[in-house]
Amino acid sequence: MIRKLMQGNEACAEGAMKAGVDFFAGYPITPSTEIAEILSRRLPQAGGKFIQMEDEIASISAIIGASLTGFKTLTATSGPGFSLKQESIGFAIMTEIPCVIINVQRLGPSTGAPTLTSQGDVMQARWGTHGEHTIITLCPASVEEVYYLTIMAFNFSERFRTPVILLLDETIGHLRESIDLEKYDHIKILNRQKPWVSPDKYLPYATEAGEPPPMAPFGEGYRYHVTGLVHDESGFPCTGNHAAIDKLLKRLNNKIIAYLDEITLYQEVKTEDAEHLVIAYGAAARSAASAVALLRREGVRAGLLQLQTIWPFPEKLIYQKSLGKKTVLVPEMNLGQYAGEIKKVLKDKTLLVPISQIDGQLLQPRKIMAHLKGEEKHA
Amino acid sequence: MIMIKSVEQRYDIRLSGTGGQGLILVGIILAEAANLEGKYVVQTQSYGPEARGGASRAEVIISNSPIGFLMVEEADIFLALSPEAYTKYCYRVKPRGIIVVDEQVNPKLYLTKVNVFPIIRTAREDLGSEIAANIVALGVITVISGILNISSVEKALMARVPPHTIDLNLKALHKGCALGMERVKSEEVEKL
Repeated sequence: MIRKLMQGNEACAEGAMKAGVDFFAGYPITPSTEIAEILSRRLPQAGGKFIQMEDEIASISAIIGASLTGFKTLTATSGPGFSLKQESIGFAIMTEIPCVIINVQRLGPSTGAPTLTSQGDVMQARWGTHGEHTIITLCPASVEEVYYLTIMAFNFSERFRTPVILLLDETIGHLRESIDLEKYDHIKILNRQKPWVSPDKYLPYATEAGEPPPMAPFGEGYRYHVTGLVHDESGFPCTGNHAAIDKLLKRLNNKIIAYLDEITLYQEVKTEDAEHLVIAYGAAARSAASAVALLRREGVRAGLLQLQTIWPFPEKLIYQKSLGKKTVLVPEMNLGQYAGEIKKVLKDKTLLVPISQIDGQLLQPRKIMAHLKGEEKHA
Repeated sequence: MIMIKSVEQRYDIRLSGTGGQGLILVGIILAEAANLEGKYVVQTQSYGPEARGGASRAEVIISNSPIGFLMVEEADIFLALSPEAYTKYCYRVKPRGIIVVDEQVNPKLYLTKVNVFPIIRTAREDLGSEIAANIVALGVITVISGILNISSVEKALMARVPPHTIDLNLKALHKGCALGMERVKSEEVEKL
């Protein structure tokens, strides 16, 4: 085992290489720039392509187009760029074009504080693009998890034919930490399904058993129509066919939701006997891990549920893990974006303790611990 | 999984100075050295418009256990290479923490016991380049903290600096180690 010191953004670039990325298009922005910088070197070495585009909208348009030709693609950005990409994320959802969007969160809104940490884009990841839709969003809490979840982001994207968002925070993007790359060698790299019918029989959005439709790369003889309008199996608009619209939107949702258990990735520390459950994600989960360890030393039975998949919302997992707890604490570097979702599934809503820190500094463990001061000590 | 051991031996190191003095590189070398020794380590830094010229900092946490909270709140080891950095960060040091400052820091500012070293002067006079002050400081810290072996720091340094500067940097490291060793021998510094 060789442990290597690596930065979070570097691990993201390496994870993408491991997943078999062919193409990156992006526009540099702090605190995500290292991802582009590293891929500008790494991709050409492996026969891939790197383009620095004129802006963020062009970047996501380029990766969607490149993906249609059969490439694995990604772009990396931060808050302001993520806002610009939203419309096209919706296009990729509607047209079922796999791609990975990395957002290394910085403090917003607007230009905000480019170098300061934040988890302010949790809801934007979920609902940033308009219309009823479902999206997969992964959120790493260590350099190793950045590597692992970047691979998984590509896998989910290919498997479900959908854009996947990897949500880092500045802290994790810039963090240097040891990582054992070989540990993830066993992960099977997934690739989108190609059609097995001949071009004249190909219906680009015809599905079987709820699986995503096989995807023909442009340039291989399959000619078809790709549109952001509602469409039927042929790929052509069906705005007058309400049954087809209903079928399409439900299928786009179900193809992901039906596999929620498979998509929901998480870690847990001492949750079994915990009276107080901390639910956290990203860099705040590291603060939560410290708080839990310190509380345990004081005899307070705390535990940590660390979510690596934050969207789709792991409703069942959170409901089950919260049962029988005295408190459910949700520390995050926003004003309770995720705590609000957790509250919806708690049987007893009074258990919820949202903990917020939005001053641009990493959430401090003592902010979590302060809520459990005066707890009965269990020797 | 971030399962922190109940007996956690964690050292929080804060390195501060003027942007451009190369403290982030010192942080990376310390982290690399800790990694070579199989320790858990994280390294972070302040990024900002003020990071060029103003007070800047790099942080390293070295532990025998997986590391939870990623920032240094109160340092076990604190280095300040400029008066501004000292003023800005010195209050966040543990009562038994080791403070290392360059002699340029005005003694009137000292709030507690500090270890003063001619770090920048050594770089300028003995090595002919103030640019090497960061590596002199690295040598001082390595010796007086005693957390890492000098050999791992040497190895990490050689892997992280441009090849044509290795000789100068090793010399700077050894100068720093010598400065630190002198002080440790005189027992003025209580090791961690």
